[in-house]
Amino acid sequence: MHSFVYTRASGLRQALDAARRGGRYLAGGTTLVDLMRETVERPAVLVDIAGLPLRDVTLTADGTLRIGALARMAEAAAHPGIRAAHPVVCEALELSASPQLRTVATIGGNLMQRTRCPYFRDVTAACNKREPGSGCPAREGVHRTHAILGTSRQCVATHPSDLAVALAALDADVRVLGPGGERAVPLTAFLLPPGDTPHREHALGPGELITAVDIPPHPRPLRSGYLKVRDRRSLEFALTSAAVALHIRGGVIREAKLAAGGVGTVPWRLPAVERRLIGERPSNRLWSQAAARAADGARPLPGNRFKTELLKRTVERQLRVVGGGR
Amino acid sequence: MPCERPSTDSASVRPNRPEALSGPASRRVFLAATSAVGGVLAAGPAAAEAAPLNMEWAASAPEPSTCVTLTVNGERHTLTMDNRTSLLDLLREHLGLTGAKKGCDAGACGACTVLVDGRRVVSCLMLAVRLEGAEITTVEGLERGGRLHPLQQAFIDQDAFQCGFCTPGQIMSALGCVQEAHTGCAEEIREWMSGNLCRCGCYPNIVRAVEQAARGW
Repeated sequence: MHSFVYTRASGLRQALDAARRGGRYLAGGTTLVDLMRETVERPAVLVDIAGLPLRDVTLTADGTLRIGALARMAEAAAHPGIRAAHPVVCEALELSASPQLRTVATIGGNLMQRTRCPYFRDVTAACNKREPGSGCPAREGVHRTHAILGTSRQCVATHPSDLAVALAALDADVRVLGPGGERAVPLTAFLLPPGDTPHREHALGPGELITAVDIPPHPRPLRSGYLKVRDRRSLEFALTSAAVALHIRGGVIREAKLAAGGVGTVPWRLPAVERRLIGERPSNRLWSQAAARAADGARPLPGNRFKTELLKRTVERQLRVVGGGR
Repeated sequence: MPCERPSTDSASVRPNRPEALSGPASRRVFLAATSAVGGVLAAGPAAAEAAPLNMEWAASAPEPSTCVTLTVNGERHTLTMDNRTSLLDLLREHLGLTGAKKGCDAGACGACTVLVDGRRVVSCLMLAVRLEGAEITTVEGLERGGRLHPLQQAFIDQDAFQCGFCTPGQIMSALGCVQEAHTGCAEEIREWMSGNLCRCGCYPNIVRAVEQAARGW
């Protein structure tokens, strides 16, 4: 690990000021410290923000559920308000990492976590994300766990977050504070697909800080849930996952919101599946027909071709779990 | 309290509970002493080394070490440490508490689990400089007056280990698991203990040990 200066921010203004001068925010640190030890990350100055007052979960006047960026994953997962309104969020959180990591890791940090691509984490390997222009060994190398959607010639790494998949399905916004004030960015625009600039992973400007995640009000009742498919039962990243939220009234699906994880370079919304569901009556046949569209546009590599079929089955199963089997 | 470097803090090289050890030549005394000395040797030059910082702001800052006061198993310590020191290295190499183990050093095995302010964390990913005022509990801090903690006793009763390397982390994680009340059934215990790997594969007995301890809670 390279040496760094450590500072503790006593307030938001001080944190922004330190970051503007080149400091790097440290929240839970469960990704950053790990990558610093591997010398993938080499910040000169860490600005510890874990003590800032951004930890509350609140309901705003218009019914938006606001989760403070520094709420710990374990706290958010156990929050009765989140659980009642959006079980998909709590399930995604509790299927992430381990209890010890969720104690420390934060909601904002979870969105900012970096890919688990082994080439990215190995400083002796080429990686366009870590060293732009150096190449991507994953295409020709080991890529069984890599993305099949949203890939580019430069990068096929997945975004590893489960939470982000649930939030993408729920049309969440990321609230961002910077020198110019606060703004809201849709999560699906906050995380950037690699394109020709895989080192640019998010929409934060220099020194900007995530303050909260906003989940807008949805029609009720909204049933939701998260399914994660992986090589082992726990403490593992997703091969595929599905976040499903359905608003069913009068026996008809009025709203369908779906996103997939483990398959995209960013959390992957499934508009073709959603369109197939809306206006229809729940049935096993419908789930199967809709899920058949889940991998539309997929461009798998030889080693992760299985993900195309696995994704369809993951979506179909979770549609049945959330929407009911008939 | 004056802030001392680990290398000048004689308390830091002393085994934590000499009365609990079987004798001066025991493996634990030897390992604790050598690891503490090794820590001093390693920490000395590293702490004194000025980091090459190319930022104007950083260049005017003091050398990258920080003075921290924290409580470990009820004992207060004030130490100046290299900012890179993990809580795990602080415990093992500066305070001679070798119960928490360094398995993966990447947050993926749970062998280094301790409690920070009552909650279980992996100490390898926790920078010690962040822990000003924190209360740390390690496996060495569980026994009371020579009596094992019920979880320690349960691990013995249920034969919940073979090599024992993961056991301190398992026990500290189990303490968190029981306090969080995730002990409703064996399946729940398995999931909420899944942050702790056991290469010997003692999982069934570990689950039974947690069940036993939870029953008597």
